[in-house]
Amino acid sequence: MALYAEHPASAHDAHAAGPTQHAFNPYSDNGGTILAIAGKDFSVIAGDTRQSEGYSIQTRYARKVWQLTDNAVLATNGFAADGKNFVKRVKQRLEWYQHAHHKQMPLRAIARMIQTMLYGRRFFPYYVYNILGGIEEDGSGAVYSFDPVGSYEREACRAAGAAQSLVQPFLDNQVSVGILLHFSSHRHPSICSFVPSASLRKHTIVTNDRQFPPRHDNSTRYLGVFAMEALSLALTPQIYFKNQVPEPGAAPFIPGNLPLSTVLGLVVDSFTSATERHIEVGDGLEVFVVMNKGRTTDDLLGEGQLAEGMEIEELGALGDGGERTFLVKRALKRD
Amino acid sequence: MNHHPAAWGRPLPASASFDMYNPQFSAPKAAPAHQMPVAHTQQPLVTGTSVLGIKFDGGVMLAADNLASYGSLARFKDIERLHPLGPHTVIAAAGDMSDFQWLKKELNAILREEQALSLTDSHPSLSPSNIYDFLANLFYARRSKMNPVWNAVLVGGWDRVKAETFLGYVDLLGTTYSAPTLATGFGAHIAQPLLREAFEAKAGTDGKGPLMTQQEATAVLDDCMKVLFYRDARSMNKYQIATVTKDGVVISDSKSSETQWGFAEDLRGYGAQTQ
Repeated sequence: MALYAEHPASAHDAHAAGPTQHAFNPYSDNGGTILAIAGKDFSVIAGDTRQSEGYSIQTRYARKVWQLTDNAVLATNGFAADGKNFVKRVKQRLEWYQHAHHKQMPLRAIARMIQTMLYGRRFFPYYVYNILGGIEEDGSGAVYSFDPVGSYEREACRAAGAAQSLVQPFLDNQVSVGILLHFSSHRHPSICSFVPSASLRKHTIVTNDRQFPPRHDNSTRYLGVFAMEALSLALTPQIYFKNQVPEPGAAPFIPGNLPLSTVLGLVVDSFTSATERHIEVGDGLEVFVVMNKGRTTDDLLGEGQLAEGMEIEELGALGDGGERTFLVKRALKRD
Repeated sequence: MNHHPAAWGRPLPASASFDMYNPQFSAPKAAPAHQMPVAHTQQPLVTGTSVLGIKFDGGVMLAADNLASYGSLARFKDIERLHPLGPHTVIAAAGDMSDFQWLKKELNAILREEQALSLTDSHPSLSPSNIYDFLANLFYARRSKMNPVWNAVLVGGWDRVKAETFLGYVDLLGTTYSAPTLATGFGAHIAQPLLREAFEAKAGTDGKGPLMTQQEATAVLDDCMKVLFYRDARSMNKYQIATVTKDGVVISDSKSSETQWGFAEDLRGYGAQTQ
């Protein structure tokens, strides 16, 4: 701003500035949405398969979630050409690592490598939002999310892409409430599935100095105001249960602790809903499930675990890590 | 000092000055590099409009008209925008025709070299997907240098090893995708819905049903080229269709659609009529 109060003199001089040039724009936005949720000993990474530009659907099947190693899956979203080429480079670096060290790169190392690769292009960025999911060396399910220039953090769940603004708030709300239900179910199995989320929140959200809802007024106006206030508290921080305390005597909240069946349900609901409300989302859904070694697969492969219309296949092992990766496919609406 | 004759270089022309201390840099130069602008394609000049592609039972077809426009001027009316590459691949190009000519030259050189290798060795020939991957890498590398190859290209082919058809798209941004029906530019808006409708009528939305026959594919492409001629002001009623099957590539002679313009007499409300 202060650098040039006015444009430098040369900018006014047509001869010095040269002819007007229409710069080539090397970027495009190809729509779509990706999503990943971490569990205690598994991780789920999903993406839709539509690739679009503007109002045109380029193809109804273009993959944007990629298995990297036995314990890592990468989802890319944004400019498809950058995404494809970035994944190609990541896979090449992982192959070199395998040759050098005779083992697969651990998840947290892949995450740091992706950061350096993205930041290496800080001044001509890959226009790609990456979400990395998988199993850490300690066996826990993990999700790392990145911005296009490499800022990253480990999280319990993350949505990115065209419908990020639709899906992320839903997960901030549902994942945390789901966790509450999950914990409740261990203690009160008979009532857990009927506890409405609002009443649950009413009893559990406690700020430093106030209890929600306030006891003094129950007019609709105040209910509205306090519902808003409770909601604003309940949004982003709720994954990490900030400003919340469990019920007296209850177990502490631990983010990323949902059962697999609940997570798969949330993923499918997220994408079917995003398909309804966002024109760039639809056609097909691919969900990668990475499981810790030795973990039971009954809650994925067991009879009746998957809803009708879903197909599942196990992806072959790339190394000898022992983790298992499954690919669940499902159709989404095409309109 | 290397005294081998190959390192002598060419004799200096009279115009070149001899650099006594750096003889290897004495080659004649038009102008110092810092005085010349680097020339990149900033916009397409002589352009071809949309190209179409569709898979059918046992093969794939591409279609393109014979026009190369200079802006709105129908400048060159006998340009072939379908180009065979080896026995089982065809490319079709929209966009800048001089970039396409350069592209053909590069690809022909590569194919010539590949063919030479295959004569003396058990050298596998390039599959359609090999050529497509090369194009995708080339286009992406050039866009990353901010020096794009200003085309949208369809690659159609028959993969002899997998015994299946191939159809892919790549453009000046390096964007790539595959689908059973493809169309570039204006055709993506006008023809692609017609192609998809015809394809899905038999194959179903999942594409698992029977594919259309060669005759049906030709018919839908003829229909699409006619609609494009009616609606695309940069098109021409003279086009070719390339067909790739396991038996090889056939590029048709140029042909025209039957068109009806009688309705134009009755149009009112704009144009020259007063009533």
